[in-house]
Amino acid sequence: MDGGWLLLAILFSSLGPGIAIFFLPEHRQGLRTALNLGGAGTKLALVGVLLAGVLRGDEYHFSLPLMPGIDLVLAADALSLLFASLSAVLWFVTTVYAIGYLEGSPRRSRFFGFFSLCVSATVGIALSGNLITFLIFYEILTLATWPLVVHRGTPAALRAGRLYLGYTLTSGLVLFTAIVWLTLLAGAEGFTPGGYLEGLAETHAVTLQVLFVLLMVGFGVKAALVPLHSWLPIAMVAPAPVSALLHAVAVVKAGAFGIIRVVNDVYGAELAIELGLTAGLLVIAAVTIIYGSIQALRTDDLKQRLAFSTVSQVSYIILGVALAGPLGVIGGLVHLVHQGITKITLFFCAGNFAETLGIHRISELDGVGRRMPLTMLAFTAGALGMIGLPPLAGFVTKWHLGLGALEAGMPWILGVLVLSSLLNAAYFLPPVIRGWLGERREPWHEPLQAHAGPTRFETHWMLLFPVVFTAALGLLVGLYAGLGLSPLGWVSLIVQRDYALPEFGL
Amino acid sequence: MIPANPEWLPAGSAGLVALSLGVAVLATAWPRQAHRIGLLGALAVTAWVLGLSATFLHAGPDPETAATRVALGGWEAPLGLMLQLDGLSMTLLVLTAVVALATSLYSLGYVHDRIERRQFWPLWLWLWAGLNMLFLSGDAFNLYITLEVVSLSAVALVAFTGTAAAVSGAVRYLLVNILGSLSFLMGVVLLFGEHGVLDLVLLEARTEAGPTERMAAVLMTAGLMLKAALFPLHVWLAPAHGSAPAPVSAVLSGLVVTGSFYLILRLWMGVFAPLATPAFGILVGLLGVGALIWGSLQALRAGRLKSIVAYSTVAQFGYLLVAFPLMLVDPGAWRVVVFFAVVHALAKASVFLAAGTLQHAAGHDRLAELGAVLRARPRTVFALGLAGVSLMGLPFTGGFIAKYLLLEAGLGTVLAGSLIGVLWVLAIAGGGLLAAAYVLRMVAPAFHRGRRDAGEAVSPWMDWVPLALATVAALAGLAGVLTLNTLALTPGAP
Repeated sequence: MDGGWLLLAILFSSLGPGIAIFFLPEHRQGLRTALNLGGAGTKLALVGVLLAGVLRGDEYHFSLPLMPGIDLVLAADALSLLFASLSAVLWFVTTVYAIGYLEGSPRRSRFFGFFSLCVSATVGIALSGNLITFLIFYEILTLATWPLVVHRGTPAALRAGRLYLGYTLTSGLVLFTAIVWLTLLAGAEGFTPGGYLEGLAETHAVTLQVLFVLLMVGFGVKAALVPLHSWLPIAMVAPAPVSALLHAVAVVKAGAFGIIRVVNDVYGAELAIELGLTAGLLVIAAVTIIYGSIQALRTDDLKQRLAFSTVSQVSYIILGVALAGPLGVIGGLVHLVHQGITKITLFFCAGNFAETLGIHRISELDGVGRRMPLTMLAFTAGALGMIGLPPLAGFVTKWHLGLGALEAGMPWILGVLVLSSLLNAAYFLPPVIRGWLGERREPWHEPLQAHAGPTRFETHWMLLFPVVFTAALGLLVGLYAGLGLSPLGWVSLIVQRDYALPEFGL
Repeated sequence: MIPANPEWLPAGSAGLVALSLGVAVLATAWPRQAHRIGLLGALAVTAWVLGLSATFLHAGPDPETAATRVALGGWEAPLGLMLQLDGLSMTLLVLTAVVALATSLYSLGYVHDRIERRQFWPLWLWLWAGLNMLFLSGDAFNLYITLEVVSLSAVALVAFTGTAAAVSGAVRYLLVNILGSLSFLMGVVLLFGEHGVLDLVLLEARTEAGPTERMAAVLMTAGLMLKAALFPLHVWLAPAHGSAPAPVSAVLSGLVVTGSFYLILRLWMGVFAPLATPAFGILVGLLGVGALIWGSLQALRAGRLKSIVAYSTVAQFGYLLVAFPLMLVDPGAWRVVVFFAVVHALAKASVFLAAGTLQHAAGHDRLAELGAVLRARPRTVFALGLAGVSLMGLPFTGGFIAKYLLLEAGLGTVLAGSLIGVLWVLAIAGGGLLAAAYVLRMVAPAFHRGRRDAGEAVSPWMDWVPLALATVAALAGLAGVLTLNTLALTPGAP
């Protein structure tokens, strides 16, 4: 149990405050904010300590027997740290945003309680050391997110919640069955770079293929792979911070992270290629990328467009993993971070427009750049990043994916990338153009000022600061991608260290 | 810490019977103080059981030294009465203590009327004593007697509020119980006539798959299935459990039903083991699938909160039947089945207690009109939801661990080449989805927008005990290994 306490502390830094918040009376706003920010700050610091430790080469491991022969295992490898740091940073920002967003609204204790549970589950997923632990946190995440999705209590929210639970619980059962089956066959092994199933490839090839499909169905619902994605655009009725969290860090990412784990650390890229599994995954990812983009084009609702964009963008991650070569994996993994930072910026912006000016549709965005220049600037940075304009984050991703496709000898993927970038431009540029160049004739509705009085900046500072921060972060990870501690540098380290791949030039 | 000595186990078992009977007698003799005697007694019995279990575990890991048989009054079987303590009985004694303690504390708030208090506590303490004796009994006749003690006090508890619905529910419950007991007794008589002994261990050594055993097995199992409300003999359960006062419903659905199931398991693992054929196993499994589907559908249609919970018991007991064919393939799976029953009892008792709090606050339990109270009582709804998650079999709860082990056993039969095993796997996995649907029905109104109204004030006991018990049910997942190891200390079981 070397340093296992640190992993537990990371888990409990959000779980503890979360449980405390549940028992807090509604009016104890100061204490609730302190607990929220204290938890988020502690988590950030602890993840920093863990990061330093792992860089030093320390091992972190915690295990607790659950069933005969089956343990709950927490462990920290480079990949789990990638996801853990992403969620720790973005959770901090989202907490600030959510406090500003929900100011004065009812039932905040319930909201922030489940919000913290949700993040604890996400960090648990990041630090899971084997499939069963992963499953446990994955299902907790499903349950903890439902109250957030239905938070508003409107019939539309409850309908979205039912759909969400229907999709995720059903896929959860598929996943559950597949994991029990796999564990019966191969034992409760920990995640191993390069996989741990080679021994079964000879005797159980078909079973392994069936299991892979079941696992992909299990993870694919959360990762919103077509045709399992329908819940995601409907779930965007949730409050903006929830959507941001769902799309950038928690739910969708958990699904994508699961797929990464299964392909790289359970099956191993070699076995997955050998069994012909990556080819199928590649096709589904490519279809999802194009389909999501086309659907995004067809809607005028800003949040819905962003949701369909998520459907499309998350599949870049899957695409990279399915390419199963070093450059492709780098492209996929780095997009886990890049998509998170960019998409959270965009959802924050959409939330700011809706809260401050009551804007929900793209056709209402005309001239908003003059009223809210900073938010619009952040939105523009996010949109251009998603399109993949150099030197922004999205470009780094697409560059590596493209190289990975060439390396794997599949030039048709380049076509998919180009087409999807064009579609990205087609659905992201109109809101940007309307915002900056459009003309608004009548005065703005100001719902925020109407109930909270005039604000010092273009909107409440707690809504503005996170947007500016994540937008800047998106610029920085693109600009300084060459540095060792940038997401790209870290991902290259993972690929080199964990997958024992030969050195390669960038 | 005092080193636990295995030689204390006989005295500990006999002492437990004496203590729980003593508390019940005292409360009956002195009804004015019954609630005080009851509270002290509940704490004492719980402490005794926990001490006994610590001693018992310490005496392991050899099942032969841990398991204890006590001849009451020094008369050995076949003449005397034997008490028998092994891993199975120990586990259920601990379960009973936990649920019964929670129910006792809850009842401090729930039963506040002075007259009702005098009636409730003695009956409840007799029921608890009966359960303790049931789990400790080692011969067939004694099992019948303790079963009667449990049933009759349960019937009286269902009726004790005296309303028309309660009395009619109680009469129905009484008739079912008498029928079940008579059937069981006839089976006992048949076995005694054939073999001349009642002691379970001696019987097990003498029985073979003959016609008398078959007849006895049918009679005793049918009687117990009726009492355990196992599908298709479940029709009495929902009215009886649904109309009883909340703490009574919790005990009926959590413990009494589990007690009858315990007996079925005990008999089929011992005396009737030679009779279990694969075809019979499949029949039982199919009944289980029927129970799962039918019980869940009824729970989805029911209009009253407590009816939903009661039908959920029918559905959840379906898993236990589905597990029967699995036990024929992998005999060790019986421990999983018991663990499942334990976790179910904890979760179900907390759901009933939470439902009782809501019913008390609102003055009724019609789901459609319960929204305002649900919205105003997040703590109780949280308890309902947390225990509900355990019923669904989702992490991180005892239900998840139990479901995992059950699914593992099911997939094990499939991998062993059994085609029908696919059906068991589908039932085990799919049942969770149905449970999720009916739990959601109970919890979702709390999230609707609308009026909030806390309703009538409830005592802090009723506010907090359901949440505490639900937390125990959730954390029972951590006790999975411990429970399975305890159960392994059962001599003669696979």
